[in-house]
Amino acid sequence: MWKDLQIAWRNLWRNRKRTIITVSAVVLAVVLSTFSSSMQEGTYARMIDNIVKFYSGYIQIHLPGYWESKSINDTFESDSLLEQAILSTPEITFSTSRLESFTLVSSGENTRGCALIGIDPAKEDSLTGLSRWIHQGNYLSPGDPGIILAVNLARNLGVTVGDTLILLSQGYHGVSASALMPLRGILKFSSPQLNNFGAYMDLDHARDFFGAPDRSTSLVLMVNDYHQVARAMEALEPKLEPAYSVKTWDELQPDLVNMITGDRAGAVIMKGILYVVVGFGILGTIIMMMAERRKEMGVMIAIGMQKYRLQRILALESLYIGLIGVLIGVALSLPIVSTLVSHPVPLTGESAKVYESFGIEAVFYFSTIPRVFVNQAITVFILALVIALYPVLTIRNLKVINALRGH
Amino acid sequence: MKVIEIKNLIKEYDDAEVKVKAINGVDLAIEEGEFTVIVGPSGSGKTTLLNLMGGLDKPTGGEININHTSIHDMSDSKLINFRLNNIGFVFQAYNLIPVLTARENIEFIMELQGRPRAERRKRSVELLEAVGLIERINSRPAKLSGGQQQRVAVARALASKPRFILADEPTANLDSASTQNLLDIMEALNHEEKMTFIFSTHDARVVRKAHRVITLEDGKIMSDVMQEHGEKQQ
Repeated sequence: MWKDLQIAWRNLWRNRKRTIITVSAVVLAVVLSTFSSSMQEGTYARMIDNIVKFYSGYIQIHLPGYWESKSINDTFESDSLLEQAILSTPEITFSTSRLESFTLVSSGENTRGCALIGIDPAKEDSLTGLSRWIHQGNYLSPGDPGIILAVNLARNLGVTVGDTLILLSQGYHGVSASALMPLRGILKFSSPQLNNFGAYMDLDHARDFFGAPDRSTSLVLMVNDYHQVARAMEALEPKLEPAYSVKTWDELQPDLVNMITGDRAGAVIMKGILYVVVGFGILGTIIMMMAERRKEMGVMIAIGMQKYRLQRILALESLYIGLIGVLIGVALSLPIVSTLVSHPVPLTGESAKVYESFGIEAVFYFSTIPRVFVNQAITVFILALVIALYPVLTIRNLKVINALRGH
Repeated sequence: MKVIEIKNLIKEYDDAEVKVKAINGVDLAIEEGEFTVIVGPSGSGKTTLLNLMGGLDKPTGGEININHTSIHDMSDSKLINFRLNNIGFVFQAYNLIPVLTARENIEFIMELQGRPRAERRKRSVELLEAVGLIERINSRPAKLSGGQQQRVAVARALASKPRFILADEPTANLDSASTQNLLDIMEALNHEEKMTFIFSTHDARVVRKAHRVITLEDGKIMSDVMQEHGEKQQ
């Protein structure tokens, strides 16, 4: 085998220029694919991070059935099982409770429906940075008996900061929930959808309002990044289910998952086209090599080399081209994407405005997760294996006498 | 002892829908230690006969026995092994493996036979000494002259310890000095090691060295002459 590796390696450099050009094509494909994969993965990670930090968190714990019913009756009190499970899961870096239900908000003649969310103002702010969206007035202080509204909701109700709002809802187990609350501040989010119906109040006041002391509809958990979600879930699920329902960010945000899946599929097609072009480049080189060495192959079989061994040497040449291309490609990409991970690329001008108008951060983020590099290596390896079929089949059909005659 | 025995050998080719008999009923026996030359005009069937004797081509009819083993109906894979262990080849265009050095080219064939590394090393050195190229042991073919390459090719052919060596116009691309040198080496190997050589050639210098001269014409043996020291003996 060592001799075959040696012969294949030396054969590769018989036409140095051609090999360098072919390897360069592989390197270019690997660098381009790595760059785009890194940008995709970095941007997805950021997008997921933004969205989970904006609202859902990476993991949420509810009572079974709450996610489907969204009923104030499907609430829970924190107990030792829950506390112990969270404390014994090192991936969890943060947790906060919420109590959330549909509520009518009224001022004068105007009444609107909204999602009233009881939050711990300090914890929620450190999780979602809610205070940065304050457009008018102030953010909630701990124990504050006031309320903050999203901008379109406030506009539709015709209220401004300092006005008093009437809140009416159905509380826990059918109790009537009603209250007067001062408007402390108005939030203006980048997403128009969120501006239509969000209302926030202090968690303890929300519990009083809904008649659900110490109860929560959800416990929001954070981990360092979304790659740790699976490990945290492995620890939590056996401890909490079936008493609780544990959901991950992708179950809570199916639209985002669909968007990422669709985007990935589009990128796979683009990379597929790129690799097919490069594949034809390698195939061209292998066909040229085969044509030039037809007589030599005839001689090798004539003097006693079995065909399978010759096939192995030629397949190794194809694999060498792929291997060198991947190694150089990854070696070149690694410092580039590593630099870009610590220095994301901000968009400026009109393109930045377009991104921001969709509520998307106008910055390209990059990632160095192993998948970015490993996928390229696997793709090129498979490509080289497929191309290696050409010499294997050619040698199988090679007639030694014809090869010696140069036919 | 007969090394090669051929009976009523026929090889036909389809040439523009017309069957051409390149070899037409040849009967031939080669004894161990012979230094045989096959001569004849271009297209007479010399190379075809050599290819058939070497198991590189399949006959249309007849029998080829080498050391009492019939090769005309052997499978491709068995034929490759048979060639490896019984037949040495020297080609007109040398056909060394260009990426291997002189020593590696010689060792390669022994490696195919599965011989141990130490034996390969020893024999490659001995053979390179025998063909006078020990100082070029680490040179690749591109760094050797035509004559030197052909001497390495002879050493390679001998490396597998074959029963006989088939040489298809081995001197066709060589100058006079290289031809003489090569023939001297082959003659010495024939004389000292009783190695059987079968040549096809147009070269009178090769013919003069031969013990036996077979003349082919239109795929048939026209004459089969024994000669000694340039003197022909019928």
